[in-house]
Amino acid sequence: MLLLLAMALFALGLMGVIIRRNLLVMLMCMELMLNGVNLSLVTFAQQTGTAAGAVLVFLIFVVAAAEIAIAIPIVLVLVRQRRTLDADAYTDLHG
Amino acid sequence: MLTLIVILPLAGFFANGLLGNRLGKPFVTIVGCGLPLLAFGIAIKSFLDLLAGGGAPIVETAFTWARIGGQSFDIAFWLDRLSGIMVLIVTGVGSLIHIYSTGYMKEDKSYARFFAYLNLFLFFMLLLVLGRSLLVLFVGWEGVGLASYLLIGFWFEEADNARAGKKAFVTNRVGDAGFLLGMFLLYWATGTLEMDKINAAFMGPTAPLVSASLVGILLFIGASGKSAQIPLHVWLPDAMAGPTPVSALIHAATMVTAGVYLVARMSGVYMHAAFASQVVAVIGLATAFFAATIAVTQYDIKKVLAYSTISQLGLMFLALGVGAYSVAIFHVYTHAFFKACLFLGAGSVIHALSGEQDVRKMGGLARKIPVTFVTFVVATAAIAGIPPLAGFFSKDEILWFAFSSSRGGSPVLWAVASATALLTSFYMFRLVWLTFFGKSRMDPKVEHHVHESPKSMTGVLAVLAALSVVGGFLSLPHFLEPMLPLPEVPESLHHLETPLLITSIVIAFAGLALAAFFFGNGAVRAARVREQFGALHRLLSGKYFIDELYERVLGRPLVWLSDRVFLRTGDRMLFDGTLHGLAGLARRTAGVLSRVQNGNLHLYAYLVIAGMAACLAWSFRHG
Repeated sequence: MLLLLAMALFALGLMGVIIRRNLLVMLMCMELMLNGVNLSLVTFAQQTGTAAGAVLVFLIFVVAAAEIAIAIPIVLVLVRQRRTLDADAYTDLHG
Repeated sequence: MLTLIVILPLAGFFANGLLGNRLGKPFVTIVGCGLPLLAFGIAIKSFLDLLAGGGAPIVETAFTWARIGGQSFDIAFWLDRLSGIMVLIVTGVGSLIHIYSTGYMKEDKSYARFFAYLNLFLFFMLLLVLGRSLLVLFVGWEGVGLASYLLIGFWFEEADNARAGKKAFVTNRVGDAGFLLGMFLLYWATGTLEMDKINAAFMGPTAPLVSASLVGILLFIGASGKSAQIPLHVWLPDAMAGPTPVSALIHAATMVTAGVYLVARMSGVYMHAAFASQVVAVIGLATAFFAATIAVTQYDIKKVLAYSTISQLGLMFLALGVGAYSVAIFHVYTHAFFKACLFLGAGSVIHALSGEQDVRKMGGLARKIPVTFVTFVVATAAIAGIPPLAGFFSKDEILWFAFSSSRGGSPVLWAVASATALLTSFYMFRLVWLTFFGKSRMDPKVEHHVHESPKSMTGVLAVLAALSVVGGFLSLPHFLEPMLPLPEVPESLHHLETPLLITSIVIAFAGLALAAFFFGNGAVRAARVREQFGALHRLLSGKYFIDELYERVLGRPLVWLSDRVFLRTGDRMLFDGTLHGLAGLARRTAGVLSRVQNGNLHLYAYLVIAGMAACLAWSFRHG
C-alpha cells in the first residue's frame, strides 16, 4: 500500500517535471519525486527489518536540502534578468 | 697527459662560449690562445716522452664508453710517431692561427663566439688524431665537420655564407656514409674498431675474411668527402666564405688533411688492397690536376688558394695510392706551414684592403705591406717547389714515388703529377704578380687606407714563413719508417732519381718564368691568351661547371621529388588529406548530434526518462 503511494508520488513528480514549464513548480515536483523515493526506502527498510534504507533516507534529506538551497537562488538570479519563470525562455546553453 | 691535450681546448670552448661575452676580450684572448698553447706544450712533452721510449706507442684510456656483450668500447688515446706528428701540427699551427686571429678578428662583434668555435674545432681535431679506435676517430671526424660548419657560416647574417656552411656539411655527409659502412664492415670482419688491432689483423698470417679493397674504397669515400677529392670537392671553394683564419686552420692546414691521416693510419688495410690503392692514386691525381687548372683562372685570392689546397691534397692522395704513406704525411706537414702562411697572408692582404678579395682590384702592394709580401713570396716559393724550401722536398718525394714505386708507380702518374706541379708554380706566382706587382688597380678610397697588419698577425706570418723554409730539412719519411715503410723501388730505376730531381727543379722555375712572362708588364700577354682560348677559359673559370652539373643531375630532381612526390602527394594529399578528412567527419557528426543539445530542459528530461526506460528494459531482458 505504502509502496503504491510512493509510486504515485514519484509518477506525479515526474509528470510535473516533464509537463510544467514553471521553474519553481518543476523544482517542487523534483522534491516530490525525492520524497516518493524516500517513502519507498523507508517501506523496504521496515519490511526487511534492516537499517540501511532508513540511513539512506537521511542522506537523501541532506542532499535534497543542499540542492534546493542552491537551485532556488539560481532561479532567483535568472528571474531577475529575464523577468520570467518559463523554463523554455532559458535555452542559452544550446550546442 | 694525452687526455689533457684533448680536454684543454674543450675547456676553452666552454669558458669562452659561456662566459666570453661577459668577461670581455682580454679574457677571451688569454683563454682562447693560452689553452691551445698549453696543449701544444704538453704535446711537445708527450712527443719527447715518445722519443725517449724509442717510439713505442703511448696508450691512455680515458674511460670506457660502452660495454656491449663481451666487447668494451673505450675512449682511448694513442700516441705513436704518426699521431705525434699530427698532434704537433694541429696544436702548433693551431695555436699560431689562434694568435693571428686576435688581430684579424679584433673588430668583430662575435669575438668570443669565434674563439669558442676555434677551440671546439681543436678539441675535435685532437680527438680525431689521437683516438685509438675508429669510433673515437669518427666522433672527432663528425665534430670537426660541425665546427667547420659553424665557422664557415660564422657571418651567417648573409645567406650565402650560411648556404656555404650547409653545402660543406651535406657534402661531407655523403662521404661519411661510406666511412660508416667501411667501419661496420671492419667491425664485422675483425671484431674490433681499434686501428692498431685492425692493421695487425690485416698484416697477420690469416687475413680477415673481407675484401680489403672494398673496405679501402669505402673508407676512401669518407676521406674524399673530408679532404675534398673528386667528386666531393665542391664544398671546399665555397667554404672560403668563412673568416680567413678559419680557411687557414680548418680548410688548409688541419681538417682537410684528416682524410690523408685516415688512409695513412689504415695503411695495413691499404697495403693489401691493390685495387683500392689504385683508385686512391687515380682520384688523387685527377683531383690534383683539375683543381690546378681551375686555380689558374680564378680571380678571388682565397678561391685560388682553395683550389690550390684541393690540388695539394690530391697529390697527397697520389702518394698514399702508390704506397708512400709517410711521404703523404710529410707533405701534410710541409703543406700545413706554407698553406697556412699563404692563407694568413691573403687574410693580411684582405685586412689591408678593407675586405677586398678580387685580385683584379689589387696590384702594387709589395711596397705598402712589405712583411706580408715577403712572407707570401716565401710561402709561394715553398709550394711551387723551389729548393731548398719545404715544399720542394715533400713534392719531389711524391713525384719520385709516383714514378718509381713498386706499388703502382708509373711514368704516366709522374707525368701528370709533374704537369700539376708546373701549374701549381704558375698559378701561385700569377697570384703573387697580380697581387703585389705591377700598377695599382685599387679603388682610390681603398688605396688610401692600405696599412700593414698589426704585430700579432705579421709575427705569425714570419714564424710560418720561417717554418716553410726550414721545415723540409726534417726528413719525416725517415722518421716514420719504422711504422710506415716506404714502398720498394725497382733497382733498374735508381739511376733516374737525380735526373727527375733536376726536372722537378726546372719545372718549379719554369712555372715562375711563365707567370712572369704572362703577368709581368701589365698582364697584356695573359689577356691575349685569354681571348684566343675563350672557350677553354670559360670552362676553367666556370670550374668545369660541376656545381651546375650537380644542380641539374642531383639538385633539381631532388627538389622535384621532394616538392611533387613528398610534399604535394605525400604530405599534403595523403597525410593532411587523411587527417583533415577524419577531422571533418568528426565535426560533421558532432554538428548533427549537437542539435539535440538545444538548451531546453524538458527535452533533456524526456531524454533522461527514455534512457532510464531503456536501461530498465535492458536489465529486465537480461536479468
